Amino acid sequence: MRKRRFLLWFIVGLTLVSLLIDLPSQIQLKFLKIDKTFQRPAINLALGRFHFQRDLEIKKGIDLAGGTHLVFQADMAGIKQEDKKAALESAAENIQRRVDLFGVSEAIVQTSKLGEEYRLIVELPGVEETSQAIDLIGQTAQLDFKELTPEATAAASLTDFLSTDLTGKDLARSQVQFDPNTGEPVVSLKFSDEGAKKFSEITGRNLGRPVAIFLDELPVTIPQVKEQITTGEAVITGEFTLEQAKKLSVQLNAGALPVPIKVIEQRNIGATLGIQSIQKSVRAGLIGLLMVILFMAAYYGRLGILADLGLVIYGMITLALYKLIPVTLTLPGVAGFLLSVGMAVDSNILIFERMKEEMRVGKTRLLAMELGFGRAWDSIRDANVCTLITCFILFNPFDWSFLNTSGMVRGFALTLGLGVLLSLFTGIVVTRTILRTFSRSEAKR
Amino acid sequence: MNFMKFKWLYFVISALVLIPGIVSLVDYGLRPAIDFTGGTLLELRFEKEINMSEYGEIKKLIEEKDFEVSSVQSSGEEAILLRLKPITKDDAATIKTVLAQNFEEMPEEVRFETVGPTLGKELLTKTLMAIVLAAGFILAYVAWRFKNAKFGICAILAMFHDSFILLGSFSLMGHFWGVEVNTLFVTAVLTILSLSVHDTVVVYDRIRESQRLLPDVPFEQLANKTVTETLPRNINNSLTIIFMLLALLLLGGETIRWFVVAFLIGTIAGTYSSTFTAVPLLVVWEQLKAKKV
Repeated sequence: MRKRRFLLWFIVGLTLVSLLIDLPSQIQLKFLKIDKTFQRPAINLALGRFHFQRDLEIKKGIDLAGGTHLVFQADMAGIKQEDKKAALESAAENIQRRVDLFGVSEAIVQTSKLGEEYRLIVELPGVEETSQAIDLIGQTAQLDFKELTPEATAAASLTDFLSTDLTGKDLARSQVQFDPNTGEPVVSLKFSDEGAKKFSEITGRNLGRPVAIFLDELPVTIPQVKEQITTGEAVITGEFTLEQAKKLSVQLNAGALPVPIKVIEQRNIGATLGIQSIQKSVRAGLIGLLMVILFMAAYYGRLGILADLGLVIYGMITLALYKLIPVTLTLPGVAGFLLSVGMAVDSNILIFERMKEEMRVGKTRLLAMELGFGRAWDSIRDANVCTLITCFILFNPFDWSFLNTSGMVRGFALTLGLGVLLSLFTGIVVTRTILRTFSRSEAKR
Repeated sequence: MNFMKFKWLYFVISALVLIPGIVSLVDYGLRPAIDFTGGTLLELRFEKEINMSEYGEIKKLIEEKDFEVSSVQSSGEEAILLRLKPITKDDAATIKTVLAQNFEEMPEEVRFETVGPTLGKELLTKTLMAIVLAAGFILAYVAWRFKNAKFGICAILAMFHDSFILLGSFSLMGHFWGVEVNTLFVTAVLTILSLSVHDTVVVYDRIRESQRLLPDVPFEQLANKTVTETLPRNINNSLTIIFMLLALLLLGGETIRWFVVAFLIGTIAGTYSSTFTAVPLLVVWEQLKAKKV
């Protein structure tokens, strides 16, 4: 009995928390003399090394927000096998940096390796003029070593740096290493033979002065020269954190291991189409939901209304999960969600039909209910396993290269899979608790 | 009710739906979208309505600029959908200017998609892999769940029944209305495979339960009892899914229209087959076995 009461309160609590998460970030209340704006707080938790931060807005995919999806093929012909992974990472980092400069918020840059094919996947929400964007992204990185003009003083600015003949071409590889004395992370540079000579000259004439490294005409780091370096191997020290050192090394590699890239896939969705799609799907979803709710109430009466209550709770928890995970919603994802709503009442229908049968053979209402839930469970479990397996294959969580990694397919599989799992919870635990609560009060009467 | 009396009628209905689809599959096949073949999809919207009769002219205008157009279709009221060999975004701008001169208005670019040919081929192999894996897992599950060849094989026959109805109808729609098969369609097929097994499992579970409880009752009578018991559930459950799909089809966006149609066909076929294909198959199996003995 105590366990059941606990469950009831757990469900009530879960629903309220979900409702709070589901609310839009600002709510205006205008009622008689009350005029207030409520602000829903965002989540920002930090427990030691564990950070959990969510702004609790629904993330929209390119097809809903409008924007551009690009796939680039990287030409690895000039890169040694063991450097290919680093080269691809540097290219991705480089694109991310340029996209940020371009002012695109929430851009996504991913790398993908398929056999011997190296690719970059770029998603630019809100960007429609792609020719410019592609030109900007598609350029290979240009790394330059610059020195101060001889007459520059300590108060020199960035414009006082002049290019030398040393460029990214002369740099073979950059890596993060640890200083054997202090144990602090440092960034190492290894030059080609040609580069070593040039670097030796530059360090020779700039003793005690800074030498700047520019990537795409923007400074990445400006270390001081401590001594002339003739070996072609240098280290940049500084008070780096490991993260900073890694980032610097990746940026230097973008110049050292340049990979030309070309577009092999491009998808461009106009913003108006996206907004229309959202409006249409929301309307379709609401009407579909209403039909399901009315149908359940009309066919199963009181039981159906209680199942509808479960369905509404299901909807609220699902939406809250989308915001918490966060799930990037695409149009197929929305379809997956709506499909799962249609399927969510399935377990209830199975249970109710069982109850009817038990009551037909003369069992009491309460007993029929418990038997119905117990006997229907096997069917419910079996029936959903296949759908979950299929969702797993479509979602491809381990990024197996022999399976699809398309965002649309994954979006669908994720929302459908989540929906099926959650509907098992709401269809059985939530509805049963609601039913028990209501039957108890009925029995007392 | 004596449902099984009409079992041959159910098979005839299935055959009537299946045969045209399969013939079409063999003859015309499916129309692959640019996802699989590589190519460009360009959707343009005009202020004024463009007549079907003008499509030929649009095609000619674009081909004069040396772009290969494979089809011009309407998409919504004022929009047209062009399919071409892969072009770049700059080429798309050229096409827009050419059309703007002719129709005295600059069209709005609603959608532009280009897929390189290598990517298309790769997707095809990945898709086949997904189908093989999903079907394999589902087969393994059914085999493990029933530990009985009769139930397993009949469930799988019902699954094939549904997938061939789905594939066949898309082949027919592709031939007559130019409907294409893309990645999302494959997703729909895979999901329908699992939904089909889902419904059949529920019905078969009931048959086996009845067999345990009433070992002396003849099989055909058991089958009738089960169908009477499970039919309301099957229809009600499908109805709720169909409500959702219908709302999406009638009110939802253009982009996922055929995705939803695929689900609709699959769901209806699945509901029908779980009762009127899967169960009669079992009955026929039992009868054949009885004759042999």
